[in-house]
Amino acid sequence: MATTERRPLSLEIPTATENALGQGQTWEGSLADLKGLVSERALTGETMLLNLGPHHPSTHGVLRLLLELDGEEIVTCLPDVGFLHTGIEKNIESKPYEKALTLTDRMDYLAPMSNNMVFSMAVEKLAGIDVPERAQVIRVICLEMTRLNSHLVWLGTHALDLGAMSVFLYCFRERERLLEMFEMLGGQRMMTSYIRPGGLWRDLPEQFLPALESFLSYFPSKVDDYEKLLTNNPLWRDRTEGIGVVEPELAISLGLSGPTLRASGVNYDVRKAMPYTGYENYDFDVPLGEHGDVYDRFYIRILEMRESVRIIRQAIKRLPGASGSFRTENRKFAPPPRAELGRSMEAVIHHFKLWTEGFAAPDEEVFAAIESPRGEITCYLHGTGGNKPRRVHFKTPSFIHISALARMAPGYMIADLVAIVGSIDCVLGDSDR
Amino acid sequence: MQIPAALDAVTTFEEKLPGVLQGTHVFRDELTLLVQPVDVPRALQLLRDTKGLVYNYLSDISAVDYYEPARGYGDYGDRPERFGVSYHLLSMLYNRRIRVKTYVSEDNLVLPTVTTLWEAANWLEREIFDMMGIRFEGHPNLRRVLMPEDWEGHPHRRDYPLGYETVMFSFNVDEINRHKPYAKE
Amino acid sequence: MGVISSKLGDLGVVTTTLDTAVNWARTGAMWPLLFGLACCAIEMMSTQASEYDLSRFGMELNRASPRQSDLIIVAGRVTRKMAPVIRQLYDQMAAPRYVLSMGDCASCGGVYNNYAIVQGVDEIIPVDVYVAGCPPRPEQLIHGILTLHERVRGERLKNWVVEGAR
Repeated sequence: MATTERRPLSLEIPTATENALGQGQTWEGSLADLKGLVSERALTGETMLLNLGPHHPSTHGVLRLLLELDGEEIVTCLPDVGFLHTGIEKNIESKPYEKALTLTDRMDYLAPMSNNMVFSMAVEKLAGIDVPERAQVIRVICLEMTRLNSHLVWLGTHALDLGAMSVFLYCFRERERLLEMFEMLGGQRMMTSYIRPGGLWRDLPEQFLPALESFLSYFPSKVDDYEKLLTNNPLWRDRTEGIGVVEPELAISLGLSGPTLRASGVNYDVRKAMPYTGYENYDFDVPLGEHGDVYDRFYIRILEMRESVRIIRQAIKRLPGASGSFRTENRKFAPPPRAELGRSMEAVIHHFKLWTEGFAAPDEEVFAAIESPRGEITCYLHGTGGNKPRRVHFKTPSFIHISALARMAPGYMIADLVAIVGSIDCVLGDSDR
Repeated sequence: MQIPAALDAVTTFEEKLPGVLQGTHVFRDELTLLVQPVDVPRALQLLRDTKGLVYNYLSDISAVDYYEPARGYGDYGDRPERFGVSYHLLSMLYNRRIRVKTYVSEDNLVLPTVTTLWEAANWLEREIFDMMGIRFEGHPNLRRVLMPEDWEGHPHRRDYPLGYETVMFSFNVDEINRHKPYAKE
Repeated sequence: MGVISSKLGDLGVVTTTLDTAVNWARTGAMWPLLFGLACCAIEMMSTQASEYDLSRFGMELNRASPRQSDLIIVAGRVTRKMAPVIRQLYDQMAAPRYVLSMGDCASCGGVYNNYAIVQGVDEIIPVDVYVAGCPPRPEQLIHGILTLHERVRGERLKNWVVEGAR
């Protein structure tokens, strides 16, 4: 019985009557541990070691930064992640493919449909499932709405960190309309699990498109409002221009992607380079920066919000002409509709197999990549030949970007560090999985 | 500016590094090159630096454990070793991807590091060390990244238990509550 | 309004029990600790933002320091690496302190029944109110907060004074 055995714990959780450090815990980190990681001046005490701990007043989640400070200036920055490591990849190994999809929602929780999308793409590639055109168009709409959603939260929290509090409230007001639409689609505001291998969970409800069109009619003016507050604001420009500069070659070597990479001038967007789910049919621009600083990353995301509106409008126009239904007709992978169960024996058998076992995928490995709002998220999926995967590994952009902080932060002040951490748009669920 | 013509990776390997390529595999339009663990940095450097290949972006490093409880240790089906490590590269210039795969044996769980080629590999290799236990020689800072520093075991191995707690129903509520450590205050 | 004018009478004095007055003050502005871990934190932020406004309950002010806050809303999954940190934060809070466990992961481990997640934050700190949902809607969180307010209104000062701070 799993409950009576001790699970491998490294730290004993203290009981209430002891003090917070309790028994069995060794918080004796000595300076010698940090020998290769911080500069020599820290070991002599000339510079100060500051722990910007996992709980800090910045809404980016549980990120711990060990800073070596010379006065206010940062000499070394050591990020420490893992405070939100959930073992999602290992949990997925014990679930059939469709059930595992619900776990992927919760990795990058600001853009749940992107995670669903990359996992679904990998499963479709592995098992050889086709996706009809209508499902592809609706997927584009969902992904771009997710991008808007994520960028709104990013803008709100980034501005809040740098002191512009009203932008936070404005962005969340817009976000409520988007969440209402997600609720119409998937029944849930955030973790909809709407994009599934083979297509979508269900077709668009009838009140969705009017709501979406009314949202799109006023949203660009809201983006103008945010720009009026921030883009040419001298305080904002002072705090963000010239901060956290990354050269293009260093950016490629560090593995950056998404707006963080494009700010440095590297023109790589997975939607344009290796289009998926029909992105080659849409006409949109990819904003590119020049300086590689925090301001460029901010401005690129604002422009991306406008491009997303453009893409959604084109997708809505394509929708009536798209052939096919919302999910693949291949009954080996997608369950038959309930009406068919009364008429066809094969439908009952397929339904039974899918609900008890799930579908099987070959013992091979595949790789799928999409452009999430944060960057390039990739999924490496290795099947077993049975109904559960052998291994799934996500390379998430936040993991790489937080590791790049160690190269971006030194030389700037602590107040600039807040701007840099906000601009790389890290989400700790995405980083730690 | 003239862009040199795109070359084929397999033929380039045969010209420049003969004997390194152990095999190739194509599945769903993805090319996988198989190399020995010790040749990994050379192979990746060739892929990155040759004009005509220019795989300049490291997308991902992933590791797989081929252990299955039904088969036990030592028998990994048609895979030569227990662990497989895949390096996924992207060429931004020629817009194509390639995978370099190597099999690492359980007795010699060491791979040379590629942090000298891409700095992105730093944390990706740390994660593989943390989760699978494969050490990387020459890595500047090989510590655990996701699990706590003093954790024992490598969670993503297939013989590491998932560590679940029995689901509480009404018939086993009392038994579970007896063992579950609730905080008193 | 009628109650107050009838109570005020000519002197401008209102009589009530000390319990009611103290608990009214406590529930009127219960400052939460700025503590969001994962997805539930985003719904908590939505609850504090414009549409489901938590500042009508006096809670718009998130304190960053545990010494200055009354309520810790554990929003999100608690990993084994994070558990000692939560315990340290809880120990630093001054009484009266309340804990609201938001979401399935904080209440019982949620979707994740594995090596890395503490199966319920009540293994580490004592919880007053559990709010279910993955993530709970803002209305659910507000219902949880109002339930907590009900509970606080039911507290009696003599329990607090005799038994010592909780």
